Amino acid sequence: MPLLEIRGLQTWFETRAGTVKAVNGVDLSIERGETVALVGESGSGKSVTAYSVLRLIEAAGGRIAGGEVLFDGTDMLRLDLASLRAVRGNRIAMIFQEPLSALNPVQSIGTQIVEALRLHRDIGLRAARERAVELLELVRMPSPRERLEEYPHRLSGGMRQRAMIAIALACEPDLLIADEPTTALDVTTQAQILDLLRELQGRLGMAMLLITHDLGVVAETADRVAVLYAGRVVEQGPVETLFDAPAHPYTRGLLDAVRIEELPPGSRLPEIPGMVPSLLALPPGCAFAPRCPRATPACDAGPPAMRAGGEGRLHACFNPWLSTVEGRVPA
Amino acid sequence: MTAPLLEMRRVVKHFPANGGMVRAVDDVSLQVAPGETLGLVGESGCGKSTLARLVMRLFPPSDGSILFDGTDLTTADRAAVAEYRSGLQMVFQDPFASLNPRETIGRILEQPLVVHRRGGRAERRDRVNALLERVGLRPEIAARYPHELSGGQRQRVGIARALILHPRMIVCDEAVSALDVSVRAQVLNLLLELRAELGLAALFISHDLAVVRHMSDRVAVMYLGEVVEQADRDSLWDRPLHPYTRALIAATPSTSPAARRRERLMLQGDLPSPIDPPRGCRFHPRCPLAQPRCREEAPALRRVGATEVACHLA
Repeated sequence: MPLLEIRGLQTWFETRAGTVKAVNGVDLSIERGETVALVGESGSGKSVTAYSVLRLIEAAGGRIAGGEVLFDGTDMLRLDLASLRAVRGNRIAMIFQEPLSALNPVQSIGTQIVEALRLHRDIGLRAARERAVELLELVRMPSPRERLEEYPHRLSGGMRQRAMIAIALACEPDLLIADEPTTALDVTTQAQILDLLRELQGRLGMAMLLITHDLGVVAETADRVAVLYAGRVVEQGPVETLFDAPAHPYTRGLLDAVRIEELPPGSRLPEIPGMVPSLLALPPGCAFAPRCPRATPACDAGPPAMRAGGEGRLHACFNPWLSTVEGRVPA
Repeated sequence: MTAPLLEMRRVVKHFPANGGMVRAVDDVSLQVAPGETLGLVGESGCGKSTLARLVMRLFPPSDGSILFDGTDLTTADRAAVAEYRSGLQMVFQDPFASLNPRETIGRILEQPLVVHRRGGRAERRDRVNALLERVGLRPEIAARYPHELSGGQRQRVGIARALILHPRMIVCDEAVSALDVSVRAQVLNLLLELRAELGLAALFISHDLAVVRHMSDRVAVMYLGEVVEQADRDSLWDRPLHPYTRALIAATPSTSPAARRRERLMLQGDLPSPIDPPRGCRFHPRCPLAQPRCREEAPALRRVGATEVACHLA
């Protein structure tokens, strides 16, 4: 049984202009200890999916309209508030893009770690503070004992992200949801944080759902990847084979668009024409069809179902690049 | 060698900040030849955006001089500065913040022509329409407001506005950083085409090394207000000499999963504050190769082969 299994998730937002179907039938599973990256452009539904897992989406004005989110066999969408709170921050923890807005500005780092611990564990104040120092050591915070008394605004961006990771790891979660954890950081600090997450994950054996728009971060960090487009997973599979031979034309387009370093400098870049469709009025067929170089009339008739492509690969496309079905296309 | 179109000579910009001076740009000398693109990379706080604003003369330098087409702007009169501004235009990172939300796209694009008294009303309208078409937007867009446009469309408007006065050079400050990857490629292609078509020189500023490499003829790397390395594009990428340049290249995630287990130079610690930068070489507290000398003595830029580098060990 997978640790997390999302089935047919639908999350909608009611707006004056109509119903925005931000997540429109997402299926995704994560095994214990595994890192799965959920990748997509803005508006693809990746963050809404993550927020839906913890049912934080209601506070953001969204409504889960359908589907199941099975965590260790229990449907998160059917839990009462007390049971939900026992999971949040305990068995599933989350870190965010902007630590400064996620951390409490008027509490010291130490107080925030201690609070997270004592909320879920029967532990005394003194023991909790000792554990907080250990956690700050674990995330390689410089001078951890002194940092306990520090407030978030006094820390650098990289240290704040380390503090947030320490809080998230306080109860040794089975699953860490990381929503664009390095997007606000400089590239040298990003490398440090990704390195830290990889190491901690291996050491603690936790699973990670990594939300990102950055395919480089995916390639460096994830075991498997799911590509989202307009609220649906269009392709998923192991990172190595999927990045080497993408089946879905959107995945291929995205990879081509970011692989600048492989092209002669100054040359024309491959682009995906047009733009992401409005989530208020999705086309009846494949949402990518209007921008797709391989689209046929059949693509406009109905949405393509997810099909297996071998080696753990799945894609939702009527005309995939065949390379994935029969191994790699010979050069 | 042709005379540079833009020349910065020992430019310094200090800002007073609580309890000290932010040395945002410290003794930077750079040149851009006509039709050439100089890329500028560095992380937050390195001074690259301050440099862009100095070049645009949004504020004066604390010391040093900036010459455009031979005229020293720090001493020029108002008329010369106005002339300079029309010849040098800027594309900003966030087109939403840089476009007036209360004006239509047509008005926004026409404004520079009005300010610089170029052409009559009909002529101005023709120029706006021609430029909208050139940047890949339909003429109907002229009647819309910025909030009605997508991010990519807004950045096309930002580019059109920068080009409306026929500049000789554009400054792009993180011009594609806020865009999704599929849209980013569209906008970069548009910039490449326009540059070739109009023979524009450019200062292309970004934290993204791959993008800077693609767009630039030469590249300068900044760290805490100083240029630490400068070279032609290929030398910089094939043979980076400064440890910071090497770390920056190594830290950039590759989209090839096979590259994951490569050996790489990982920096320790965070960027120090520019209010009180480290003595000696400003990079020494994070440098894996630092020697005692690096703590005492600031290295000057010197030529090594095709590269200018500020490192005692290069």
